[in-house]
Amino acid sequence: MITAFKRVVSNGSKNFFRSGAVSFATVLIMTVTMIIIGLLMFLSALLTYTLDAVQSKVDVSVYFTTNADEGTILNLKDKLVQLPQVADVTYTSRDQALQQFRERHASDQLTLNALDELGTNPLGASLAIRAKDPTQYQSIVDYVNNDADLSAGGTSMIDHINYEQNKGIINRLTSVINATEQAGLVIVIIFAIASTIITLATVRLAIYSSRDEIAVMRLVGASNAYIRGPFIVTGILGGVLSALIAMIVFAPVSWYVGTNLSAWLGGFNLFTYYMSHILEFAAVLFGSGFLLGSFASYLGVRRYLRA
Amino acid sequence: MITFDGVSKIYRDGTPALEDITATIQPKEFVSIVGHSGAGKTTLLKMLLAQEKPTSGTVMFQDVDVHALPNSALHHYRRKIGMVFQDFRLIPNKTAYENIAFAMEAAGRHDDEIASDVPYILNLVDLSTKANHFPNQLSGGEQQRVAIGRAIINQPDVIIADEPTGNLDPINTYEVVEILKKVNELGTTVIITTHNKGVVDAMGKRVITMDRGRIVRDDPQGQYIL
Repeated sequence: MITAFKRVVSNGSKNFFRSGAVSFATVLIMTVTMIIIGLLMFLSALLTYTLDAVQSKVDVSVYFTTNADEGTILNLKDKLVQLPQVADVTYTSRDQALQQFRERHASDQLTLNALDELGTNPLGASLAIRAKDPTQYQSIVDYVNNDADLSAGGTSMIDHINYEQNKGIINRLTSVINATEQAGLVIVIIFAIASTIITLATVRLAIYSSRDEIAVMRLVGASNAYIRGPFIVTGILGGVLSALIAMIVFAPVSWYVGTNLSAWLGGFNLFTYYMSHILEFAAVLFGSGFLLGSFASYLGVRRYLRA
Repeated sequence: MITFDGVSKIYRDGTPALEDITATIQPKEFVSIVGHSGAGKTTLLKMLLAQEKPTSGTVMFQDVDVHALPNSALHHYRRKIGMVFQDFRLIPNKTAYENIAFAMEAAGRHDDEIASDVPYILNLVDLSTKANHFPNQLSGGEQQRVAIGRAIINQPDVIIADEPTGNLDPINTYEVVEILKKVNELGTTVIITTHNKGVVDAMGKRVITMDRGRIVRDDPQGQYIL
């Protein structure tokens, strides 16, 4: 048993190196497959990163009236932070709002003059709320509107909530994000299937060139398992070598893209991502290379082993 | 040892390849099967190797019905038979040594057996100096000698040679026939099919003549007569 295994491995590796051109072609095609799989991993990471970035820019602001009690507002802020669907809440006091207004209009002397003319601060405090998921804004807004403390004096302290204005955009963004995620998944599946089929066909062609050899092995009295073994070893070698090539190729490419196109990708650094996830890449690529190579060879030989 | 009993093979379109073949081959015999192309010689050998099934009749090998063997047992059966072909059929990416060793590996023989038997056989077929040559680096005669080496390495009960000299020049033909004779003298049954009158006549052994799927002559010390 051990002898047979040793012979299968040794014959398989010899075949791999001796049938140079065929092995080269197989490795080339499998490398392309591995690179596609790796690119899909990068793509999904980039997509997640972009979606997170976009989602973090969406928020809902609650503007309070100028006479709203600061203690009540801070109290509401604490209550909101406790909610499971809230990511974070930022408080802007009346003074901060005024300061921001002045900074924003620093070059607009006319507006600043009008503000000075008023004598008092016309701006109310506000809370900027970010949800963990854009679909949860409605429930957060409902929560704020139903808070009893805010209307304690008979009139609501809320001047307005910009959710109603942003609602359309938020909803559209939510559906775009969902559609992008689904489309991404579909693309991943289609590419995975296509590259698997190409690899299967290539390995099958490589084994087709050995069909006479397989017939001879059968006539010499080799068992089916003994004939199949070396082909599977050859396939695994091809798959693992392809994964290795793809891993090596990704290093300089991700470095180049990371240093030169990071700004264009919204701050996503490919190289940093690759280096921090290198074990994950290795596991996926070597795993797929191993499985693809062995499975393709198994299928390729099978048809020549029937009586 | 080998018995063909009323073996017929009729292809699906109705063409008969073999018709009612009945013959017995004894151990240690040397049998030449002669006949025109299409006479059914190769089909008869394929029946014996269980590569084709007869339409009717049975082929017995040492009391075993060859065509009743399950697919999983065929490789065990085929190890009892050494095959030599007109087109050599060596494994192209294995050296002469490895081609012969492969038959032993496939039969599950030990490494030390292989290490001692293969050089002995290479010497027997006079190829010791070319052990590490690949088939495309060998002449036709040399390739056929490797093929014979591979056929005899597992000490089979029978050697079947289908037109073994068909692609060889007279000198190589002579050498191949001499090796087959030697193998037969060492106690192995040899069955060859051939078109070569010189080979058959020089042998002076049993000759079965076939024509259109039938045995038309079976002489214990025959000549090539068509």
